[in-house]
Amino acid sequence: MKIARAHVLVGVDDEARLAGVDEVLAVLRGAIAELGLEGEVRVVETGTLGISGRGVAIAVYPDGVYYAGVTPADARTIAEEHLWKGRPVERLRLPTAAPVARPGEILGRQTRVVLANCGVIDPEEIDEYIAVGGYEALARAVTEMTPEAVIDEVKRSGLRGRGGAGFPTGVKWSAVRLASGPEKYVICNADEGEPGTFKDRLILEGDPHKLIEAMAIAAYAVGARTGIVYVRGEYKLSIARISRAIAQAREYGLLGPRILDTAFSFDIEVRPGAGAYVCGEETALIESLEGKRGWPRIRPPYPVTHGLWGKPTVVNNVETLANVPEILRRGAAWYRTLGTPTCPGTKVYTILGHVRFPGLVEVPMGTPLRTLVYELGGGLPEGRALKGLLIGGAAGAFLPPAALDVRMDFDSLAERAAVLGSGAILVMDETTCIVDMLGSVLRFFRHESCGQCVPCRAGTDALVRLMAALQAGEGGERILSQMVEIVDAMRLASLCPLGQSVALPVCTAVDGFRDEFLAHARGNPCPRCWANAHPREGAP
Amino acid sequence: MTVEIEARVAELVKPYAGKRSELIQALHRVQSELGHIPKAAQAVVAEALGVPPSQVTGVVSFYHFFRTAPAGQHTVRLCLGTACHVRGAERVLKAIQEELGVGLGATSADGMFTVEGVRCLGACGLAPVMMVDDEVYGRLDPKRVKRILREVGKDGG
Ligand SMILES: Cc1cc2nc3c(=O)[nH]c(=O)nc-3n(C[C@H](O)[C@H](O)[C@H](O)COP(=O)(O)O)c2cc1C
Ligand code: SF4
Ligand code: FES
Repeated sequence: MKIARAHVLVGVDDEARLAGVDEVLAVLRGAIAELGLEGEVRVVETGTLGISGRGVAIAVYPDGVYYAGVTPADARTIAEEHLWKGRPVERLRLPTAAPVARPGEILGRQTRVVLANCGVIDPEEIDEYIAVGGYEALARAVTEMTPEAVIDEVKRSGLRGRGGAGFPTGVKWSAVRLASGPEKYVICNADEGEPGTFKDRLILEGDPHKLIEAMAIAAYAVGARTGIVYVRGEYKLSIARISRAIAQAREYGLLGPRILDTAFSFDIEVRPGAGAYVCGEETALIESLEGKRGWPRIRPPYPVTHGLWGKPTVVNNVETLANVPEILRRGAAWYRTLGTPTCPGTKVYTILGHVRFPGLVEVPMGTPLRTLVYELGGGLPEGRALKGLLIGGAAGAFLPPAALDVRMDFDSLAERAAVLGSGAILVMDETTCIVDMLGSVLRFFRHESCGQCVPCRAGTDALVRLMAALQAGEGGERILSQMVEIVDAMRLASLCPLGQSVALPVCTAVDGFRDEFLAHARGNPCPRCWANAHPREGAP
Repeated sequence: MTVEIEARVAELVKPYAGKRSELIQALHRVQSELGHIPKAAQAVVAEALGVPPSQVTGVVSFYHFFRTAPAGQHTVRLCLGTACHVRGAERVLKAIQEELGVGLGATSADGMFTVEGVRCLGACGLAPVMMVDDEVYGRLDPKRVKRILREVGKDGG
């Protein structure tokens, strides 16, 4: 029924038999099954692939990638890296046949700045990063530019924070540069926790050196000697990759004392989180780094003047930082050729839910939502109709199909009272119940509310209860106005943006899909809701 | 028993002695060795790092990752994030319940599996997703999840 996404041709001949092709096949099939790829990847045993004297040979189509000398362990790597994550294993690859067809086609419509090296270089080898121009920007910054000139370039580029708020990065850096005191910090926020988002993970795992280079540039610009990467605790591979990359950079004298024989010294530590969504909020993150509960701080003062240990601190998102080396290498003017005048550059999105090609894409700012869903995401599966979209993560907006022509950048979304957030795009077909989705989002907020302030703690709890009543067909229409009253109060009185932002999903869902909410309120049975009508304690 | 644990924990947190800011790493270390962070261990950690015991308790209860009671031999973390929800995480949960006889937040009667609901694991492209210990399993459906649990139960026994 399903059409295979990829074919793996394994050349089986006498030579291959001797080289152990049977074991390779067994491991390959096992790994494909384990990764859940059976429905999409077909393993085909063929005769010789025309490659001889090189042991077991494999070709992956439609990518047109050939591997030779494949051992059973390699077969596993190919399954995990290429078939699952979509990045060919360069170490084993034969220089032949140009990549074509689907993955290539989709790549063709993207503009890759942030993800330029992901899936292209080996993230475990610093030499590969250097070979594609890596650390050039850092070298130029520390040897030819003053810190002020670096900040100016970033300001001119118009780069804005990709962690959600869209704050101009150059302005932030300049505030930290101007803040008094000798001790300053650069923190990379890699606590990625917005549901439906994994862009930062891919950057950490696919191009960790880019992040290190960017942090060093930021540190040089603001005058910091210590950097910290705060990584989500569950991201084991990310932690391993970035740690390894830091060690390599030290060996090459790109981190540590007197970088590139200049007076600039800087080093980076990796700190894993411990599973609290609110720690992605910058002041909660700082509290956590100080060994405390991640309770957001009351602002002002802001981290740019009073951050980690009360010292001036830059907190930047992974994707924001990943733009910096390219901006310095190719210049602010080049960067401004991408995106829109007020939101230059690209944006990385995760397109998920009911689309044919779920995954990660990078396109210029201002790309219409329709292009993302229908061209890059491949649209909905055959015969299914679009019901709505959830844009920007849990604290995002539910949008109806009529919103498909909105341009995806900070300002165009703000005009529609929506947000870019983490760049998560969740596509929902007509079988989805929006009421049920909102229930899931609200359970998430109740679980993740840190409990520090009453409006959010009590508000999220009340919302989950009201939703449960609504989903059970009890309570009537007044539940809807009650919910809106609660989120309005939370927006005004909550201490941090977590509590304040719950209003967005609630109001956009209730406004945009009013009929569906009314049907529930009137007690019309909804088969998709009953199963979820019982709030489960302790579950997000 | 308690004395033994205390001695072991004291050894584990030695590298963090006096480092208040590294409380979370110290706790990570204790949990990865003991599987959980018992009350007795919390006092030792507080003492070693020089933080008030109430701060340690506060931190342990705040972060979802830390647990104060032992878990089963394997921990199943089912993602209940939006992308998994929209692709049928609830059906997978039902299958887990059928297979293990317990739901979220509980440990199976044979002590083999603890089941937890977690937020987005950042593997949404494979939704619905779960982690069993450190392994990620994607594109779950009721049949597949049962098969995986049986296999893990068999060789992890
Ligand atoms: C509840 C909450 C969660 C957040 N989670 C993240 C996160 O996981 N990653 C991130 O970079 N920013 C997150 N932020 C935004 C940060 O507070 C901060 O704005 C950002 O790290 C600044 O970096 P930028 O200027 O590069 O965007 C979160 C904010 C809130 C309120
Ligand atoms: S708004 Fe919610 S998350 Fe933010 S401080 Fe208050 S209780 Fe904590
Ligand atoms: S929502 Fe389940 S892995 Fe992201």
